[in-house]
Amino acid sequence: MSVLVYVENADGKFKKSTFEVVSYAAAIAELLKTELIAISIGNVNQDDLSNLGKYGAKKVLNASTDNLKTFVNQAFASVIADATKKEEATVVVLANSFTGKGLSPRVAVKLKAGLVDAAVELPKTDNNTFTVKRTAFSGKAFATVELNSEIKVIALNPNSYQLKESGSTAKVEDFKPDFKESDFRTMVSEIVRSSDKIALPDAELVVSAGRGMKGPENWAMIEELAKVLGAATACSKPVSDAGWRPHEEHVGQTGIAVSPNLYIAIGISGAIQHLAGVSSSKTIVVINKDPEAPFFKVADYGIVGDAFEVLPKLIEAIKAYKANS
Amino acid sequence: MKILVCVSNVPDTTAKITFNSDNTQFNTAGVQFILNPYDEIALARAIELIEGGKGSVTIIHVGEINSEPTIRKALALGADDAVRINASARDSYFVSAQIAHYAKDNGFDIILTGRESSDYNGSQIAAMLGEFLDIPSISIIKKLEIEADRATIVREIEGGKEHLTVSFPFVASCAEGVAEPKIPNMRGIMSARTKPLEVVDAIDIAQLITFKAYSVPASRGSVTLLSQDEPEKLIELLHTEAQVI
Repeated sequence: MSVLVYVENADGKFKKSTFEVVSYAAAIAELLKTELIAISIGNVNQDDLSNLGKYGAKKVLNASTDNLKTFVNQAFASVIADATKKEEATVVVLANSFTGKGLSPRVAVKLKAGLVDAAVELPKTDNNTFTVKRTAFSGKAFATVELNSEIKVIALNPNSYQLKESGSTAKVEDFKPDFKESDFRTMVSEIVRSSDKIALPDAELVVSAGRGMKGPENWAMIEELAKVLGAATACSKPVSDAGWRPHEEHVGQTGIAVSPNLYIAIGISGAIQHLAGVSSSKTIVVINKDPEAPFFKVADYGIVGDAFEVLPKLIEAIKAYKANS
Repeated sequence: MKILVCVSNVPDTTAKITFNSDNTQFNTAGVQFILNPYDEIALARAIELIEGGKGSVTIIHVGEINSEPTIRKALALGADDAVRINASARDSYFVSAQIAHYAKDNGFDIILTGRESSDYNGSQIAAMLGEFLDIPSISIIKKLEIEADRATIVREIEGGKEHLTVSFPFVASCAEGVAEPKIPNMRGIMSARTKPLEVVDAIDIAQLITFKAYSVPASRGSVTLLSQDEPEKLIELLHTEAQVI
């Protein structure tokens, strides 16, 4: 018996969301009184792999054959399922990232395992049951799901579990997976990352703006605020529908749900569909000139004022704060 | 080109979500159900791809008879025919096993879903279908172009995009950007009434998960309002009280 965690890399590097899933999986291993094994696929250097021990991995399996250099959904799922069987893992943990969302269902079907995605808490194991809490109804509710299968797959939402450093270094072993030729029927031709931007789903700080900004030409202020804070930028649905901002930035019920530490909403009234996507943010700041805007009802801090007057002052104040800290 | 589009029937996006008294079931009283908004995107692209007689679009849905208005809406939007697997949609594993069972003998080139359902938000169906059918699956796509028997796809990744190619058959789950949802016209609505809607029985599938209970997010304390002339105060509170910067 063991717990297996898939450690996703982006261009060969681990990100915070990966350390989160390792910390989370380590806590599950402790709960089940067993050990945590990580599986890495692709090109990650040995130091970064053994460093996963810091977050609780005892051993890291490294699958880095040439055909696994770029992401192929089917093949990666086969590798994870194969490692699960070889290590006799009973719980498999992945990040509920864009890539994780494509992998975890395939892994679950391969292993005839129950799957809980969008998990937000550690499992509970009372009275021989195994339950996990997840988000549901686009952030308007949570569901507690019992897993009845022998093997259980959990995909953890980003920013849902605190990093925990406990161990030292992990031993790294080469892993030679079994897969079929037919696992390689998709081919990645190009990966484009905007290097100067923080990815919205993982972001700890988010600056989001709505129709109150009046037009796309006024976004320089939003981008500057995001830059001085080190935040990702987001927007409301009317803004992405109007083509002022790309769809990837649309937060809300038909866009993406975020759970940052800080969500600053500027010129967004707070329609129920938008609130659904931000309700698990730890702290919400609302800046709106309409004191009746529904968003104030779910905010922690609010400034009633014109964004065009508030933002320049706020940007200057943050610059001053950053300069002094 | 044969395209299968999987649709689900979900609470209207403006619906307030409540549960029964012991919090074990979603309270559907007074809730209007609609075609899942993400599935509308998948369907809109499917219809565009077959324009000019280049193929057919079949709708598939796992649900009971009360979801037929949603299926008819999908037909009104331009799908050719529909299949309803007559069972309550217990969970994603159950639903995708049912759809895979139907799809395996029907030679579809492309199977499309929405990126997730707006109720349980599992973004699981596309990848589970891919695995059940042993064909490629690409989750959360932003762009889908077809040339002969292969597709070029753009998929969203954290902080960027991945461009990839795949040949038929494959499954993909569609997000915003793939197509603009359409509004049915009167001719579509009229013809939808007489388009074929086949009802098939469900197969037995092991139950691997059970939804036990629901809860709503804890409400926040009341808002602390600050004057627009004291941004330093906000920063101070975010640093010392909220401890987020």
